[in-house]
Amino acid sequence: MELIVDGLGEAIRRLVTLDPELREAAATSLVVSGSATLLALASGIPLGAMLGLTRFRGRTLVLSLVNTGMGLPPVVVGLVVALLVYRSGPLGGAGLYCTRPAMVAAQYLLAAPEVIGLTAIAMQSVDPMLRLQLTALGATALQSLVILVRETRLLLLSAAMAAFGAVISEIGASLMTGCNLKGDTRILTTLIVLDTGAGNFGGAIALAIVLLIVVFAVNGLTTWAQQRRTA
Amino acid sequence: MTALEARDLVVERDGREVVRVDELQLAEREILVVLGPNGAGKTTLLLALATLIPARGTLRADGAEIADPLAFRRRIGVVFQRPLLLDRSVRDNAALGLTLRGVSRDESDRAALSALERLGVEKLADRRATRLSGGEAQRVAIARALALSPEILFLDEPFNGLDTPTRRALVTDIGRVLRDSGVATILVTHDRDEALALADRVAVLMGGRVRQQGSADDVFSRPVDENVAAFVGVENVLPATVERSTDEMTLLRVGSALVSVTEQPPDGATAVLLLITPDDVVIARARGSSSERNAFDARITRVETIGRRVRLTLDCGFPLVAHVTRQSARELGLDEGASVIASFKATGPHLLPHQPKSTGN
Repeated sequence: MELIVDGLGEAIRRLVTLDPELREAAATSLVVSGSATLLALASGIPLGAMLGLTRFRGRTLVLSLVNTGMGLPPVVVGLVVALLVYRSGPLGGAGLYCTRPAMVAAQYLLAAPEVIGLTAIAMQSVDPMLRLQLTALGATALQSLVILVRETRLLLLSAAMAAFGAVISEIGASLMTGCNLKGDTRILTTLIVLDTGAGNFGGAIALAIVLLIVVFAVNGLTTWAQQRRTA
Repeated sequence: MTALEARDLVVERDGREVVRVDELQLAEREILVVLGPNGAGKTTLLLALATLIPARGTLRADGAEIADPLAFRRRIGVVFQRPLLLDRSVRDNAALGLTLRGVSRDESDRAALSALERLGVEKLADRRATRLSGGEAQRVAIARALALSPEILFLDEPFNGLDTPTRRALVTDIGRVLRDSGVATILVTHDRDEALALADRVAVLMGGRVRQQGSADDVFSRPVDENVAAFVGVENVLPATVERSTDEMTLLRVGSALVSVTEQPPDGATAVLLLITPDDVVIARARGSSSERNAFDARITRVETIGRRVRLTLDCGFPLVAHVTRQSARELGLDEGASVIASFKATGPHLLPHQPKSTGN
């Protein structure tokens, strides 16, 4: 019990004093996970829209692969990316191992299937007659796509939330590709593991609270935007 | 001038022919109603005519073959059964087609408001489209199409799913707007009342084929075959033999009764089908005069209430169905078993050739 009480006290101290290490880890988490999510949205929405709206041979297989991707274990993704960017790996020459871009790449691979899969579902939920109506109104394929994305924005916000939630809280991929370097690639989750391993429970609790606040703030913001549209 | 012309139009689905139209024309300023039962291929035909689905054959607009479907679709307006409005303001929805065509915001807003005004929903312009009632939403959908000032308007059962008063009001208003604007219109519907209210010309579509084209009066009073007759509400299709035929009158034997009609037997046939619309049958409690033509002593064998009408099945030496208002049925005491006089004018019935079924002997 004393361990928990002491830990909470230390956590409060670090939060109140805005501990520099904590701030740095939180900022890195936001930059890395935010970048990965934005990239996943930018590429995943058009791909998901195409998957949801078009019919082609092998589409079911592609959808199955995307759905499988939604459940990829982060450590497996971390291992693959680490192997690729490791000094002696195929992309070793780029010097990406233990860097933020490598972490972004790994998190992107985790976030993109979420965005693609949920966008495809969102597009499939659109009334096929609406697509026909847009064509009848003289819309080009691109105009129709833009309108349909806008019409399904509430579902796409859910996709954004799911993608961000998946990457901000993962640890395996970031640890394996970023190497948890202090002041550079150390993020909230990897620091929590480090502090817990060192018996620094106060620090770990403080980091966990910040992580929860970040997740809540981002999801709260998107939920507010979502509900504002339906109100 | 022909606004739209289809020749040898064929639509296939899964390798099966679902619509085949040899020839269909829409004149300028004309309202053509494509009337048919559910599953007849009406919507498929409309989509093919609007170049919204692939079809074989020739489509001409203003005499020129349609080579660029997108360019053609930017000259037309289409309204479907459901309003299919976007989650935006009514004004933005009404202006959508113009926005897609690159018309300036000011100009599209003006056209949208004018169209909304014609449909009586301009006060809803700033309301979110998702908050509208079914009737309001459909008016906005029609305004969206009219805002485009289309050369041809395609309406796919736009009154479906609306309650009766809303539907009635909308049919009246649409009729007025279409006449005022003079836009050539193709309306598909299964509703005979809508066809009668709006059509300059009717094309009856059954089984993917146009079975009859003509004025509404012609189609409804002179159906070309039994199937069309049944669909347009001619419930009395009676086998008859020609007793005598002159230039003015044809005398027919129907069951044990003799019926006089002014129409000549088709192709001089001796076996015909006598078609009588139930609304043309007059029911009375007593004869008007003893010399009255086509007046029969009848007994009511069945009484059915259908909406505001009462359907009477009569035995007058041959079976006859008549429709009367509920008020008439009440005032005349038209109950099962009651004896009445059933009559119809000699100018009403229509004759079709009849091939009596073989007995198989």
